[in-house]
Amino acid sequence: MSYEAVIGLEIHAQLLTNSKMFCGCSTKFGAEPNTQVCPVCLGMPGVLPVLNKKAVEFAIKMALATNCAINPKSIFARKNYFYPDLPKGYQISQYDEPLTKKGFIDVDVNDSKKRIGITRIHMEEDAGKLLHGETNEDINYSFVDLNRAAVPLIEIVSEPDMRTSDEAVEYLKALRDILVYLEICDGNMEEGSFRCDANVSVRKIGQKELGTKTELKNINSFRFIQKAIEYEIKRQIDVLEDNGKIIQETRLFDSDKGITISMRSKEEAHDYRYFPEPDLLPLEIDAKWIEEIKKNLPELPAAKRERFVKGYGIPQYDAGVLTSSKALANYYEKCVQAYRGQGVKGGYPSEGWVGGQEIPKVVSNWVMGELLRLLKEDGKDINQPSVFGLQPESFAKLLKMIDEGTISNKIAKDVFEEMFKTGKDPDAIVKEKGLVQISDESAIIKAIDDVLNANQQSAADYKAGKEKLFSFFVGQVMKATKGQANPALLNKLLKEKLSR
Amino acid sequence: MAITKKDIEHAALLARLELSENEKDIYTSQMGSILKYVENISRVNTQGIEPTTHSVPMKKVLRDDVATSSISNDDALMNAPEKDRGCFKVPRIIE
Repeated sequence: MSYEAVIGLEIHAQLLTNSKMFCGCSTKFGAEPNTQVCPVCLGMPGVLPVLNKKAVEFAIKMALATNCAINPKSIFARKNYFYPDLPKGYQISQYDEPLTKKGFIDVDVNDSKKRIGITRIHMEEDAGKLLHGETNEDINYSFVDLNRAAVPLIEIVSEPDMRTSDEAVEYLKALRDILVYLEICDGNMEEGSFRCDANVSVRKIGQKELGTKTELKNINSFRFIQKAIEYEIKRQIDVLEDNGKIIQETRLFDSDKGITISMRSKEEAHDYRYFPEPDLLPLEIDAKWIEEIKKNLPELPAAKRERFVKGYGIPQYDAGVLTSSKALANYYEKCVQAYRGQGVKGGYPSEGWVGGQEIPKVVSNWVMGELLRLLKEDGKDINQPSVFGLQPESFAKLLKMIDEGTISNKIAKDVFEEMFKTGKDPDAIVKEKGLVQISDESAIIKAIDDVLNANQQSAADYKAGKEKLFSFFVGQVMKATKGQANPALLNKLLKEKLSR
Repeated sequence: MAITKKDIEHAALLARLELSENEKDIYTSQMGSILKYVENISRVNTQGIEPTTHSVPMKKVLRDDVATSSISNDDALMNAPEKDRGCFKVPRIIE
């Protein structure tokens, strides 16, 4: 019997406000424990929360970017439970009247588009952080840091529209990209500013009703999300095949073992006793405010991708890589502009190894290949605009040098690495290291002659039909000229020599 | 809806209250009469009236996103029964 999985995701995104959701404490990451706290976020008696306008604005931005209609009036509610990271004994959240109605986003999964519904987006406050004792002395204790308590979050709840772990991961990535593009969340899963819980159930194909679901928690990377969901689908199918029953429960993902484990809770079934937060007025949002925010929305990842494909004529794949970070996409556009500004004839590079490709594709190859490789080697975060320190003008100059045959593509890669590391101009590096391409025919012919003399047997074999040896000769001449022979010229001259 | 002793036990557990058998009996009967009294309100005809979550005639009170100073770590921990390294110290939460 074959099964299908039904997956829904709940995502918590920490909003990049300067101050907390209901008080003026700073939200800066990394401060000493319990130094960014005040009577309001510590839950002292008699204090009153006042809602942060920016947090609402950010939540509205996300709603607009995910096609969610915004409720003109929404209500904050208290979600009551006891846990040491929750100083008030309740979390201020939204319950039956959340900020938004339903929405959706479209994601690309294995080359086809899939629409994933969003049930709702609502606002709530974060809890504090718990550290657990590790030494003998501390082992029986946990330590509470409330700096994070009441930092604003939005929770984005999806419809159970996903059927595979691939779909879940693509949806999650798309949402993260949107949040980062909007500059309302840094999207950092490892540090916990972007968190995901997955609801997973399975049912027989053709069955209408949903199976019993489990909730997966504690997953802090895209890879682990994929693994946890895959493991859980398989586990549930095995249970059903053995005539067992799925128990509705919360399960934790153990990333070391790659399995999910039941989190048996002593607590009874969740009973949060939600009720309207009496200290906060209903949140009323007028159409004018929404319009204002809408007007200032930046271009979103999907739109940028489409524009890159249509406007620059680059493949879908390239557009996907380049727009995976807003900072990278911006940098790419600046480089294309700078390269065009170099006045290449007809908007196309003339000849040589880059020949035949349009400017945007040439730049894309370099950015996706060399630049991303070097950034990755340095462990740089490509979401940070500051990592793109290399001037687009220098980048363009280098490409033009290839174009004009001053240096070969291969040498250009070395020059590029040097530029990346030192910030020097390509002209200076080429001059300094004597890397100028050899386009002098007689010099190349001399190198070819030397190689052919040294490899007479191979030359004879080539003439007897072993044409594969051609690239061997190219390699030898390149070696002899330290890679500086003009490749196009070398090919031409070598062919002439060998055909005699 | 009549309140049972089970309801009281459930509410006590959620509120982390330890009740004696005698207290459970007392609260079952007291809670019963409280709820019965509150039930009177359901006799009011509320057709066409929007659910009221707040009775204060005010709208949208928002503050600008400006970080102001917080209280000191000493002050924050002043009432903590136990503290260590700037944190509230509590019995271990996870096994």
